[in-house]
Amino acid sequence: MANTTASQTEAPVFYLKEEHHPETGTMLGFWIYLMSDCLIFAILFATYAVLGQNYAAGPSPADLFDLELVAINTSMLLFSSITYGFAMLAMEKGSIKGTQIWLAITGLFGVAFVGLEIYEFHHLWSLGATPMRSGFLSAFYTLVATHGLHVTFGIIWLVTLMVQVAQRGLIVENKRRLMCLSMFWHFLDVIWIGVFSVVYLLGVLG
Amino acid sequence: MSAHSHAHDDHHDGGASHGTYKSYVIGFVLSVILTAIPFWLVMDGVLDSKVATALWVMGLGVIQIIVHMVYFLHMNTKSEGGWNMLALIFTLVIVAIAIAGSLWVMYHLNTNMMPQMDHDMIPSFG
Repeated sequence: MANTTASQTEAPVFYLKEEHHPETGTMLGFWIYLMSDCLIFAILFATYAVLGQNYAAGPSPADLFDLELVAINTSMLLFSSITYGFAMLAMEKGSIKGTQIWLAITGLFGVAFVGLEIYEFHHLWSLGATPMRSGFLSAFYTLVATHGLHVTFGIIWLVTLMVQVAQRGLIVENKRRLMCLSMFWHFLDVIWIGVFSVVYLLGVLG
Repeated sequence: MSAHSHAHDDHHDGGASHGTYKSYVIGFVLSVILTAIPFWLVMDGVLDSKVATALWVMGLGVIQIIVHMVYFLHMNTKSEGGWNMLALIFTLVIVAIAIAGSLWVMYHLNTNMMPQMDHDMIPSFG
């Protein structure tokens, strides 16, 4: 009885202090996913570094790669990075229309990137430079196609989010999803820097 | 919760501190320059030494990765209370071990275990 009267007169004390901490662990968790993805790419880069000289009397990078095409491809990904940045800025302002427009432009650059990569693979394939041809080509296709698949799934994710934003607007959940995709998209650009430097430029250099 | 989400730029809960128009443009211009230089070096054969060109390509690539991390991924030592940076450092250590270790082991495997073959001697199964 003494307890109940005490709690009625005194203000309840809560020991849960509002310290500065993230609202949810989503962003950190997604970052750790990206780091694990980074390890996948590290292993594929290591495989390429080990097998990249094993031509089996087949074509070498200098015979196969068209650097002008790679430069165009790289610029597609670079443009898509800054347009995604503008989508995030529009999201910060709360502009649904601006977010959607910049997301659409980002998606188109992504489609252009994947399209050019498919064209390149098709061209190499027609020259007989298939993954079965040599260790170098097996490692090349595995590394570059894994990146291309990531971009493809990024585009699917982007379209999904555009539908979500169209239906529900810029609610907290959609903002969180857009921020995750932002990290994913920029992360793929970072991986591409490694691809064009190590595989294409150093490959053509010989 | 709502107090947090309405808080302004001075402190961020999401970990990803959001860029400004200016920071995105700076990052973009820097990465265009850092992409154009290595392509120019290789495509026009500017440097006589292949080793020097390779070192420039790799060096500029590393700088560009850092530029992307800072301006596009908004990495800093404070995001997520430092856990972002810690996870990144841990990953970089593992990446370095995986790549350097693979190259080291496979180089010694090749030089010690394989008879020195001329690759042109291998019959082609094109």
